[in-house]
Amino acid sequence: MANLIVSLSPHAHGNDSVERNMYGVIIALIPALIVSFLYFGVGSAIVCGTSVIACLFFEWAITKFLLKREKSTILDGSAIITGILLGFNMPSNLPIWIIIIGALVAIGVGKMTFGGLGNNPFNPALVGRAFLLVSFPAQMTTWPEAGQLASYTDATTGATPLAIMKDAIKSGDASVLDKLPNSLDMLLGNPGAGFGAGCIGEVCGAALILGLIFMLWKKIITWHIPVSIIGTVFVIAGLMHLANPIYANPVAVILSGGLLLGAIFMATDYVTSPMTAKGQIIYGVAIGFLTIVIRNFGSYPEGMSFAILIMNAFTPLINTYCKPKRFGEVAKK
Amino acid sequence: MKKYIDILINGLIKENPVFVLVLGMCPTLATTSSAINGLSMGLATCFVLICSNLVISLIKNITPDKVHIPVYICIIATFVTVLQMLLAAYVPEVNASLGIFIPLIVVNCIILGRAESFASKHGPIESIFDGIGIGLGFAFALTLLGGCREFLGTGKIFDLTVFPEDFGALMFVLPPGAFITLGFLTAIVNKIRGVKN
Repeated sequence: MANLIVSLSPHAHGNDSVERNMYGVIIALIPALIVSFLYFGVGSAIVCGTSVIACLFFEWAITKFLLKREKSTILDGSAIITGILLGFNMPSNLPIWIIIIGALVAIGVGKMTFGGLGNNPFNPALVGRAFLLVSFPAQMTTWPEAGQLASYTDATTGATPLAIMKDAIKSGDASVLDKLPNSLDMLLGNPGAGFGAGCIGEVCGAALILGLIFMLWKKIITWHIPVSIIGTVFVIAGLMHLANPIYANPVAVILSGGLLLGAIFMATDYVTSPMTAKGQIIYGVAIGFLTIVIRNFGSYPEGMSFAILIMNAFTPLINTYCKPKRFGEVAKK
Repeated sequence: MKKYIDILINGLIKENPVFVLVLGMCPTLATTSSAINGLSMGLATCFVLICSNLVISLIKNITPDKVHIPVYICIIATFVTVLQMLLAAYVPEVNASLGIFIPLIVVNCIILGRAESFASKHGPIESIFDGIGIGLGFAFALTLLGGCREFLGTGKIFDLTVFPEDFGALMFVLPPGAFITLGFLTAIVNKIRGVKN
């Protein structure tokens, strides 16, 4: 609590601003972006580039022509983050027109209909992804193998670790899980290991964790949401693995799919996550729980994005019940 | 005559049951997966609404106040049964595609709402015009919603292909698409009507 003591004026300005935090997140995304170029090459560059440009364009066009606001918000960095995260959530062989529809839904439906940054109840990038996943299920669930640097839509596709886990649960045969790559390869996303199929941003856990460390160091986010999500998933997945070996081991569950990407970059979105530490832990635990439920018992192999969207809807409720005590208020006995 | 035309216009535009009164959301969201489904649901509701408005306004003076809701429901249910038998006999494919939503017209709040707020206070001719206005307004809204969803979702309007189905966003045919489309259409209608929040 020592940080919260307010001294007498004059006060120094902390230089904190929307732009500063948003560009901090963009810097934190750079390691994962570089890794995606190294693993998916041209495909990743086209998908992420189109997504960022389209998000910026729709943000500019809607602000100018529909909302008729004087001040343009494209330089505050939030549209760039939405663009990068939307790109990270897509397979690297996605046709350009689908990416543009995704960006229109993310910025237009997910953000600007509610009045722009700060008013959106759901994470815009996830709204875009969920829309595309439901609308174009075939294109959104074929994943190119990493390491095909020169190919875009013609890349060879392969099974993701999540699809292998789903197969094991469906067939009830634990030996299917032997096809899973080992955890170190999943952490580094080693394309040489003969796997690495997945969304652009999810293949390399180490790069995402690097981003997390940067954001914690710069105090852009606090540890509560990522740690509570990952901890919950580890505990529940561990118990399920012990009870029945057809469920994958907890380390593989954490390193597979979009779990790290979601826990670090998408669940921690300021606008759509609870404000207090207590609220953030409730939110994180619920996301972890829902993810495991959707992954193991739902029809989709990946549940992270839906879990975050569901909990986004609960954020106002969590905020209502987790108000910090006002100064001078006495706790009820 | 002007009075009747005003009542008609009122139902079609100023008090459009879907975009302005926001009534009857269950059939609006559930049956508008295509333009033809929306249109048939709208016309079916329109038929029941005209008949029930007429009968309710004719018997308004002899209906005991304590039991007026059960009386209305019985009248509405009678016409819905008539309608369902007609549909099953002459257009069985429409009956099959609308399914449970035809019997559910009985509990459609637009019909009971108009009975309560209009037919029980006005004469039979006015009530018929109100039924036509509101009913056509409902049919228009459902057709528009169904048309938008069918177009965006499958690239067709009334089964005529506009662009290849592969480019359609399947989401619009599924339930979430109904909510998104309804929200945007209501916003556009409010903009046209000049509503300021």
